[in-house]
Amino acid sequence: MLHCDQLTLRQGRRTLLQPLDWQVRAGECWWIAGRNGCGKSTLLATLAALRCADGGHIRLCGQPLSQLTPRQRAQRLALLPQASHDAFDYAVQDAVAAARFAWPDAGDKTQRVAAALDAFDLGRLATRPLQALSGGERQRVALASVMAQDAPLILLDEPSNSLDLAHQAALQQQIGRWRAEGKAVLLVSHDLQLAPACASHALLLDEHGAHRQYPLAELGAEHLAAVLGYPLTRLHHAGHPCFLPGHPS
Amino acid sequence: MSHSLTLDRPLRGALRLPTLPLLTLLALLSGGSLLLACGSGSIALGAGELWLAASGHGSTLADTLLSLRLERALTAWVTGASLALAGVLMQSLLRNPLADPYVMGVSGGASVGALLALWLGLALWQVDSAAVAGALTLSALLFLLARRDFARSSGTVLLLLTGVLLSAACGALISLLLTIAPDAQLRGMVFWLVGDIAGTPLRPWPWLVLLPAALLAWWQAPAINLLALHGDHALTLGVPVATLRRLLLVLAAVLTASAVSQGGSIGFVGLMVPHACRLLCGPDLRRLIPAAVLSGAALLVLADTLARTVVAPMQLPVGVLTALLGVPVLFWQLQRTRRRLA
Repeated sequence: MLHCDQLTLRQGRRTLLQPLDWQVRAGECWWIAGRNGCGKSTLLATLAALRCADGGHIRLCGQPLSQLTPRQRAQRLALLPQASHDAFDYAVQDAVAAARFAWPDAGDKTQRVAAALDAFDLGRLATRPLQALSGGERQRVALASVMAQDAPLILLDEPSNSLDLAHQAALQQQIGRWRAEGKAVLLVSHDLQLAPACASHALLLDEHGAHRQYPLAELGAEHLAAVLGYPLTRLHHAGHPCFLPGHPS
Repeated sequence: MSHSLTLDRPLRGALRLPTLPLLTLLALLSGGSLLLACGSGSIALGAGELWLAASGHGSTLADTLLSLRLERALTAWVTGASLALAGVLMQSLLRNPLADPYVMGVSGGASVGALLALWLGLALWQVDSAAVAGALTLSALLFLLARRDFARSSGTVLLLLTGVLLSAACGALISLLLTIAPDAQLRGMVFWLVGDIAGTPLRPWPWLVLLPAALLAWWQAPAINLLALHGDHALTLGVPVATLRRLLLVLAAVLTASAVSQGGSIGFVGLMVPHACRLLCGPDLRRLIPAAVLSGAALLVLADTLARTVVAPMQLPVGVLTALLGVPVLFWQLQRTRRRLA
């Protein structure tokens, strides 16, 4: 679904990402981990064509990313950005429905919007204005918009931000459903429980642009600890791996 | 998530009419304002007299009054509608509900052009042409300076700053022209700056600008909604952001140029009308664009009618009235926002 060939990212003189060869296939969920400012969000922005790559090639669903029109890209890829700022007071359902922009209306728009609102427990808030929402509610609206966009590749930048526990669990289930539907998910997250529970693979980025790829089963605490700069312990909990800070002793 | 201070929260339990009744109501209001404008003045005309005059059977006096007043009212209508639409577009482009058509300095360019023509003692049509030329020159300059900002993330901030700087430069030139102008021409210059549509003939081209601009904006409303909602990230939802931003700036600039050539820099219509309409019908541009066009038109027709009747036989420049009406409305809004933040 997504092929990166020698993808390189720079910011000024600093190398954020040394040449990366990377393949993301349908049904996979990649956890992208690294410290603050190591280039995780820049990587997502590059994949979403919000900025240009500083080297290498990106192919999305077999076509070069740069040759797709915005509409074609939006039909193939959805991005949940990290922060949103609302200047105007759109209603929740209108904001979610607007995410269907790239698709011609085949008569299923209302249904899809309702399903997206339901999946993130927003049915009750559908007519609320955006500016009246709490941080967690606003984040769920953004997630529902991503779902309504219905793209096969989903880029999530810190999706569990401000979500309460129950809604984090709902997010985890939704990512599972996306994978089962054959969508691929890229997940930037600092959540050491949610991310390993959702992911099938991990891409670790360090501060010098070096990177390593692991299937999640082979991701050891020492690999992650080296990148995050803090000791970690790997546990198995509720059927999923998870990581806890600190040594077991 | 950041909470921004914005002034367009809907009233609690606000009455939001469905689209069709709302637009019908505004269309009636807008048409009614034209009738009122035709009827009122130093010699009032009743509905019957207006009907007779319109069907060609009225007295010569009624005929003349009707055509004079209708011409002026239609000029106000198209000017108000253009300003309100330009305001809606500029606010969506900059994602800022406090932006107005003049924030990019387009009216400043028009003012420099017009004042220069007045200073040289040119004829009225030359003054208007100079205003249009000034507005378009400034827009072109803005486009040239900011040509790379449309596609850049956070580019609208750079665009806005460029506009504000150009605006400031025009402000300095305006002050210079006012300082060196002979007394005889100063009054006309001041009237032009405040905004006044007395003596502007009814012209076809402001309508030829307004109509396609409104249709184009309405057609693009779903994309503009996304730009207003998501800014740069609208690109990932399928909106060609850079192209759309260019289109919005061109439309807003041309509409503003057309409006200022009609009536000088009439303030507050472009800021206040989109605001009031958002309270009434929400931020969705498919409703907001027609609502703002109709109410902007009605507001300026009513304000101009007041301007020529309230201290008759003296006439006030209409810009004074829109500002006097607009400032309290915005203060009221601000007060409500303060209460909400408290």
